[in-house]
Amino acid sequence: MNDGFTAHLWLIPALPLAAAAIGALTPRNGRLVAAGAAIAGILGSLAVSIASLVIALRAPGAHLHSNFTWFDLGAAQVRLGWLLDPLTAFMAVMVTFVGMLIFVFSVGYMKEDRNFARFFCFLSLFAAAMLGLLVANSLLLLFVCWEGVGLASYLLIGFWFERPEAAAAAKKAFITTRIGDLGFLLGMVWLYNSTGTLLFYDGGHGLFDGGQLVLLNAHPVAATFFGLALPVSAAISLLLFCGAVGKSGQFPLHVWLPDAMEGPTPVSALIHAATMVAAGVFLVARVYPLMSIDQLLTGSGGHPSIHALSVVAAVGAITALLGAVIAVAQNDIKRILAFSTISQLGYMMLALGVGSWVAAIFHLLTHAFFKALLFLGAGSVIASAHHEQDIRRLGGLAPRLRVTFATFAIGMMALSGVPFLFSGFWSKEAILHAAAAWSVSRLPLYAGLAAVVLTAFYMTRLIGEVFLGSPRSESASHAHESPAVMTVPLALLSLGAIGIGFLGTPAWPWLQSELSGAPMERQSLLEGGALMMLSIFLVAIGLGAGWALYARRARANAGAPDPIEERMPRLFAFLAARLKFDEFYAATFGRLFDALASLAAGLDRRVWGGCVDFVAGFGNFTGLINREADESGLNAGFDSASEGLRSTGRAYSSRQTGEAHGYLKALAVAFVVLAFLAIWGGGQ
Amino acid sequence: MNTLQLCLILSGLVFGIGLAAALARSSAILVLLGVELMLNAANLNFIAFWRFGPAPEAGTGVLFVLFAIAVAAAEAAVGLALVIALYRHQKSIRLQEATRLKG
Amino acid sequence: MNATLVFLGIFILATAGTALSLHNIVRSVLLLVLSWFGIAAFYLWAGAEFAAFAQALVYGGAVSMVVLFAVLLTGRGHGDAAIAPPPPGRLVAALLAGGAVAGLIAATVIRTPFASVSDDAPSLPVRRLGALLMGPHAAALLVTGVLLTAALLGAVVIAAGARDDKKGPP
Repeated sequence: MNDGFTAHLWLIPALPLAAAAIGALTPRNGRLVAAGAAIAGILGSLAVSIASLVIALRAPGAHLHSNFTWFDLGAAQVRLGWLLDPLTAFMAVMVTFVGMLIFVFSVGYMKEDRNFARFFCFLSLFAAAMLGLLVANSLLLLFVCWEGVGLASYLLIGFWFERPEAAAAAKKAFITTRIGDLGFLLGMVWLYNSTGTLLFYDGGHGLFDGGQLVLLNAHPVAATFFGLALPVSAAISLLLFCGAVGKSGQFPLHVWLPDAMEGPTPVSALIHAATMVAAGVFLVARVYPLMSIDQLLTGSGGHPSIHALSVVAAVGAITALLGAVIAVAQNDIKRILAFSTISQLGYMMLALGVGSWVAAIFHLLTHAFFKALLFLGAGSVIASAHHEQDIRRLGGLAPRLRVTFATFAIGMMALSGVPFLFSGFWSKEAILHAAAAWSVSRLPLYAGLAAVVLTAFYMTRLIGEVFLGSPRSESASHAHESPAVMTVPLALLSLGAIGIGFLGTPAWPWLQSELSGAPMERQSLLEGGALMMLSIFLVAIGLGAGWALYARRARANAGAPDPIEERMPRLFAFLAARLKFDEFYAATFGRLFDALASLAAGLDRRVWGGCVDFVAGFGNFTGLINREADESGLNAGFDSASEGLRSTGRAYSSRQTGEAHGYLKALAVAFVVLAFLAIWGGGQ
Repeated sequence: MNTLQLCLILSGLVFGIGLAAALARSSAILVLLGVELMLNAANLNFIAFWRFGPAPEAGTGVLFVLFAIAVAAAEAAVGLALVIALYRHQKSIRLQEATRLKG
Repeated sequence: MNATLVFLGIFILATAGTALSLHNIVRSVLLLVLSWFGIAAFYLWAGAEFAAFAQALVYGGAVSMVVLFAVLLTGRGHGDAAIAPPPPGRLVAALLAGGAVAGLIAATVIRTPFASVSDDAPSLPVRRLGALLMGPHAAALLVTGVLLTAALLGAVVIAAGARDDKKGPP
């Protein structure tokens, strides 16, 4: 149904877009204007988002929407629209609030950069695209903003494009996500073809509020793999999921996220931790009715079939474990946090797959706060230590960067899942509980539990190497606390990292009930008993192991080997090399595409080029003939004709003697002759 | 041979003399005089036909002669003015020298 | 009547022929004037008195004066008006041409059967001539008037020319 307010939802993405336009037009030294416009824009969006949250919470189950026609294609129309429901509202508030804090942080972090104004222009552009993605009621509009977000990510990763690593990382990010987007596009087209609409809610005619989805599986199955049928809705869902795999850095398209750390740290915080990478999770949550419908139907006639959500759960579980395992062996602050992000995104996908999209969104919201906090803290460390990012060369920063250390520790504890006080614990519990309740398999649960241990372990390692012990380099020993413009956002985010969790405890599942639109029963705080105990125990194991190896006996100097590296050097090297995914892709797909490219190049140069050369030669030949014909034929003809005329003229002019007598004589003779002819010749 | 034919032969002879003079002499004035003679011969023709030809009562013949005399006089005046201009240009009135229109 | 005609004819031919073969231009002009008077006499004999008077006045009076002035103005330094004789080739060619045309006309005239008419002179009083001029032929009269004016002006312009020869022909 249309609500009056939803017609104004477009303001949420439009205000940052206007700020981006202003930023694009400001000259390089218009720092105040660019930053001011960006922060004003996102503040405005925050205000509208809070207002929309209030309205959405009045009727959580309703999906308020406002649609309009974009253009007509004869009989069909392409319609777009804006959607307001608790999912959108919560996400919008989170994105604008975290975004605002990161914008303020960037004012301090990018202070010495020449391209300050361009940075804020791109940040606003990103915010506009991300917010547009959130409020879209049409899969097409969502896709357009999806691509916009990808573009902004490319521009921001490659912000310092003079560095070849940054330029290469930006390209890698864009291309890898593009592979996922191809699946997204195919799924979208198939969906439109099958149902005739791309609007989510349309007063009874949309994808999710009409009977469209049921119709999908009324047709025969799309394909059969190894005796398992693939229903049409599952095929479409998996294609859409490809986009999420690319954008959210899931296995196997996760390879771009660690390289994306070449961008400035605020970018890593905003885009590659809190918001953009969560867009994939958001997408799956948004089209959840489509993804889950194949489980509700038995349209495949009793054959065992592939369920889309099972694939999602499997991918999520693999990713969660993969990210955590690789993070253990990384030496760059931002790379550790990047793999941690990959792992946590895997958790979210896992939650989506096992049937609880509410738990996934809860974890998304808490993760946004504490991961942004961790990245900004890392940014504070990097800025203070003169852009030193290698943890082997840091150390002993706790007494020097007190506020940063305190907030970083809060974020670390939230991420590790330190119980009860921190938000990460509650959201992770929700996920683990949902995984335990999944009827299909317990493997995701085991993967999640293993990742809990590893997460606590590598985060303790990180804190131990960076903040504890004694400084291991000049830059570490000369570090000092960052200015307030950077530490105040850290403090605010740490409040969120603690507080958000209390919105979703089992004792008061406010968030979950608002999201799902159905009130959830309130249970006791310790509901879930055995599993909760197990996860707390695993967190303790991870923290303890990390403490023992890294914090108690601090690293002696930058060159000393890692404790794990001493004991299992080959494994450590393999993990440090990110399980050699990049090398594998280069050896297989990279070589394949190189071969195709050289084939195409040869084809172009020799075959098509040869054709073009032949045509050119033919053209040359006809030109030659033309010229010869023109010169010898036309020109000679004209020349001879002109010569003839000239000689005739010469002959005539030789008769013009200018002598009057001659003329008169000629007249007389002619008269006589003519008279003769007239009188005696003509027939008398 | 009636009177008319005699007159016509006379005018023909006068015309011939005028033509020969115009062709033979090199002085521009004499050439003009030859042309005048030719005109006079034509006038003779007209009067002869008026007098001895059919329909003598019409005054057309005399009238034509009058006009012809007037025009011939005008033409003589202009022609001689041209001769004077020519003389001014080439300091003689020999027609052979006036070949500026040679093609 | 034929005798007068023959006499007049011989007079005209003789004076004209002599006039145009002399080498003294003044004498040529004077003799030609005589021939013009002869033609006027012919007109008188034919009964066109007005035409005769017009011929005598215009030719004998005006044209001869103009020609003589032209002769005087274009004479060489010491007033000698001698003209070189034509080369024989040209003379012969001219005589041939003239003879050919005259012969052609004569031959044509002789061969054409002209009807004989009465020998009575037609009467053409001057009054009648005047009425004809002012009546049916008024237009021709006016045109001739304009023509004479134009010729007069043109002759004055051409003859007067420019002060110096440089402003002569373009």
